[in-house]
Amino acid sequence: MEPLLVFPNTPPPELSQALDLSAWLWKGVDDPDQASVDDGWSGAVVAGDMNLEGALSFCRNLRKRENPLEPVLLLIRADQLSGIDLRDDLFDDFCLFPINPSELKARLHHLFWRTGRGTSPELLHYGPLTLNVETYQATIDGHPLDLTYMEYELLKFLASRPGKVFTREILLSQVWGYDYYGGARTVDVHVRRLRAKLGEEHANLIHTVRSVGYRFGKSRWEL
Amino acid sequence: MEEGRSSQQDYVLRTVEERGVRLIRLWFTDVLGQHKSVAISPAELEAVFDEGLQFDGSAIDGFSRIQESDVLARPDASTFELLPWAAEDEPSGTIFCDITNLDGSPFAGDPRQVLRRNIEKARESGFEMFCAPEVEFFYFADNNTTTPQPLDKASYFDLTTADISSDLRKRTLHMLEALSIPVEYSFHEDSPSQHEIDLQYTDAMAMADSVMTLRLAVKKIAMESGVYATFMPKPLNGIQGSGMHTHLSLFKDDANAFYDPDAENGLSEVAQGFIAGLLHHAREISAVTNQLINSYKRINEGYEAPRYVSWAHNNRSALIRVPVTKPGKLDSTRIEYRALDPACNPYLAFSVLLAAGLRGVEEKMKLPKEATTNLYNLTRSEQQDLGVARLPASLNEALDEMEESSLVREALGDHIFEWFLRNKRAEWDHYQQQVTPFELERYLPSW
Repeated sequence: MEPLLVFPNTPPPELSQALDLSAWLWKGVDDPDQASVDDGWSGAVVAGDMNLEGALSFCRNLRKRENPLEPVLLLIRADQLSGIDLRDDLFDDFCLFPINPSELKARLHHLFWRTGRGTSPELLHYGPLTLNVETYQATIDGHPLDLTYMEYELLKFLASRPGKVFTREILLSQVWGYDYYGGARTVDVHVRRLRAKLGEEHANLIHTVRSVGYRFGKSRWEL
Repeated sequence: MEEGRSSQQDYVLRTVEERGVRLIRLWFTDVLGQHKSVAISPAELEAVFDEGLQFDGSAIDGFSRIQESDVLARPDASTFELLPWAAEDEPSGTIFCDITNLDGSPFAGDPRQVLRRNIEKARESGFEMFCAPEVEFFYFADNNTTTPQPLDKASYFDLTTADISSDLRKRTLHMLEALSIPVEYSFHEDSPSQHEIDLQYTDAMAMADSVMTLRLAVKKIAMESGVYATFMPKPLNGIQGSGMHTHLSLFKDDANAFYDPDAENGLSEVAQGFIAGLLHHAREISAVTNQLINSYKRINEGYEAPRYVSWAHNNRSALIRVPVTKPGKLDSTRIEYRALDPACNPYLAFSVLLAAGLRGVEEKMKLPKEATTNLYNLTRSEQQDLGVARLPASLNEALDEMEESSLVREALGDHIFEWFLRNKRAEWDHYQQQVTPFELERYLPSW
């Protein structure tokens, strides 16, 4: 699946967290010119809490393109509701701050369904690796990988954010959530197991970033 | 917790369906550490996740008394693995189970629940124990119990390409990696046909599961090649036995609680208390860490096995070795407990090690002096001068020590504590009634 376009470039932390939690691929963009180029976005999430007019003009750029980008989900505060009067053409749905991650996920899924996407299984590709997010299956070079649940969840988290470096602490809180013990060592243990199962040839898909944490593959913006 | 659980179960159910798994083996362990398995069909799995699998516990060593015999096996979905040795057209999976009473409370006879309870107790003080065992074992031509035949005559680090056992070992390693058990090193040990597999550290529960899986995998692969693998601590006269030296460390708030840059030797107060606690209780926990009559034949003959209750940085005759922490690898500060042998029940052994060490931390026990001399050659009076106790010389002595130990009783719980003593006393009595080849050879000609 193509990444989601997210405005602004550094979105509110609660938004980026909610997107990461549901494993959306996304990239922050500020530049309206970049938004008007048709370069394979799956949709857009636009946060207007800081500057509603700026957000709406960004939406207008998305819609002005030769192939108007949809769906567009607008995020605003309740006291900004009057500001979207008569601007229904600029977005497909909206959501109110504070963000409820489950609501955001449900709205995005519904929007994708309405625009005729999201009906095929969600496949995540990276080089030889494919993850089927619906059936929990992973393959490498077409061969199924036998993973435990946490190995699968860790691989999914990393592979959906190629090129990004994560500290052990972030991985713990995002992948294990509150239900974990053993601290950051747990992450090392699972990374080691994952590498062993990926096999020698592909073990280096997961890079150790010295005294920081781990990175999966390369960013697709570097490829 | 509940939500996390169900998504793990969902993952297992999906995998079973997607991969066409035909059989699921529910694994658990009896009190003596024997691997038990019940197979169910995929169709039953969902119900077993919801309700557990009811079975008659009185059939299992150390489980229930007859009048209260039914228990439930509750699969721990996080341990699900596809069995790499299952036939390709008949994939099967395995899950370790916790055993509960019918009302859902932890079953007191289940070693896994005992370890879980000890781990939770450590967590109350913020500690998590990590373990890395070095498992030794022998390959023999068969399981002929009169004269075991070693497979080869290679020794430490020998490169013997024609060696059937190195092929066996390679296959075992692949198998272990496929079962989420990463191996640190694997090499040929000192004795003919003896091998060692060092596992990479992980938390105590996962490691106890891994030791169970490792013993099964090693035996399974040996059997497929028509040879026999054994974890018996001392199978051959006059030849070094098999130990399971285990590296231990405690972590607290993501930092190695054994390391203190300001302390002498880098050992924190926690580390010093932990070592002191292990030394203080070493004789009491011996029956659990070395549970066979045969275990004491290994301990008493020296080689790499410790005989005295002592610690040292660089002295392989000590019970606890404290490897010097390498600069830049401070997180690897750890201690090595060298008495353990691979015929132990890992859940119970890790439980008593954790309990003994933590007792030392809680009571701020003082670390005795390091043993810098080779202890193997001590005379009795030198030993007394140094103030080092001996490990029990026999299972009988170890049981006497254990029986008086409130620490071991607390760590194992009354149920297992009492059953274990009863069972092992009976084993000792039976042994005492045997006339051995040693006695015949020694006494018959002269008396």
